[in-house]
Amino acid sequence: MHAEIADFLVDCLQNSVEAKAAKVILNYTEYVGDRIEVEIIDNGCGMTPAILKKIQDPFFTDGTKHVKRKVGLGIPFLMQAVSLSGGQFHVESEVGKGTKFSFSFDLKNIDTPPQGDLSAAALQTMMFDGDFEFEFNRKRIADGEEKGYTVLRTELIDALGGDLSDASSIKLAKDFLRSQEEDLV
Amino acid sequence: MTLEALRALREGKKAEIDRRETDGKDVHIIIGMGTCGIAAGAKQVLEAFIDEIAAKKIENVTVKQTGCMGLCYVEPTVEVKVPGMPDTIYGKVDADVARKILKDHVVGKKLVSDHIFDRPSTDILK
Repeated sequence: MHAEIADFLVDCLQNSVEAKAAKVILNYTEYVGDRIEVEIIDNGCGMTPAILKKIQDPFFTDGTKHVKRKVGLGIPFLMQAVSLSGGQFHVESEVGKGTKFSFSFDLKNIDTPPQGDLSAAALQTMMFDGDFEFEFNRKRIADGEEKGYTVLRTELIDALGGDLSDASSIKLAKDFLRSQEEDLV
Repeated sequence: MTLEALRALREGKKAEIDRRETDGKDVHIIIGMGTCGIAAGAKQVLEAFIDEIAAKKIENVTVKQTGCMGLCYVEPTVEVKVPGMPDTIYGKVDADVARKILKDHVVGKKLVSDHIFDRPSTDILK
């Protein structure tokens, strides 16, 4: 089981990238002291209704990554964490169009995992191989006041001279993304 | 920090990078980031590598993520490729082991014997 909500995000977002999505969107809204609402939307290959049912099975995988193994824990982990902490989970998908995950965590529930480092989750997602756009829309609502930011993978990589594999570029990206989070609080 | 500030920082570092003569001398650090790796704490390993490389000013290092290498029982795993050394997969890597890998393997050219797990499992296809 993953330790933090940020870990669940990276796992799901990796699925979107592996589904050959040209664009992956993460909408993350934190209602401080109340709940977190998350949407992960991609325009990848999508899933049939039959596959959509199977992804909830921890012993199901699509057979491409692990030819002889039958385990696919990412989505079952997420569903279990949401269920244990009184949240909501929904997934819809269409072949050729993409997939949308919507889930929430109740921040008042003792079993809700800590949020973790969202800037690190964004960085890890941007570091996945591929030519995809990743849009991270982050909102934090506290005492009626809303703050937020949006980062785009293509813009960040462009600002870094087109490379996010060199260690020094990754460090700069890490510091940049962390500063966006720090400005929210 | 704005994107413009980030671009300026990057431009400042670009001059240093352009002076380096790499000629295929890059070090590659590849961190397993499948569900197993994530669950085992690979995020902390990635962070440790990035921070230590910057702190020790180690140059010519590429850091990437990969999926599960089939060594789920010893995650977090890290593959290290250093010119002149055998490609090595390390297992049970945490932040301290990451720093040891940089100090011993990358800089000192000496394997970290306690954590070697050789090649990816044979039933994993890339």
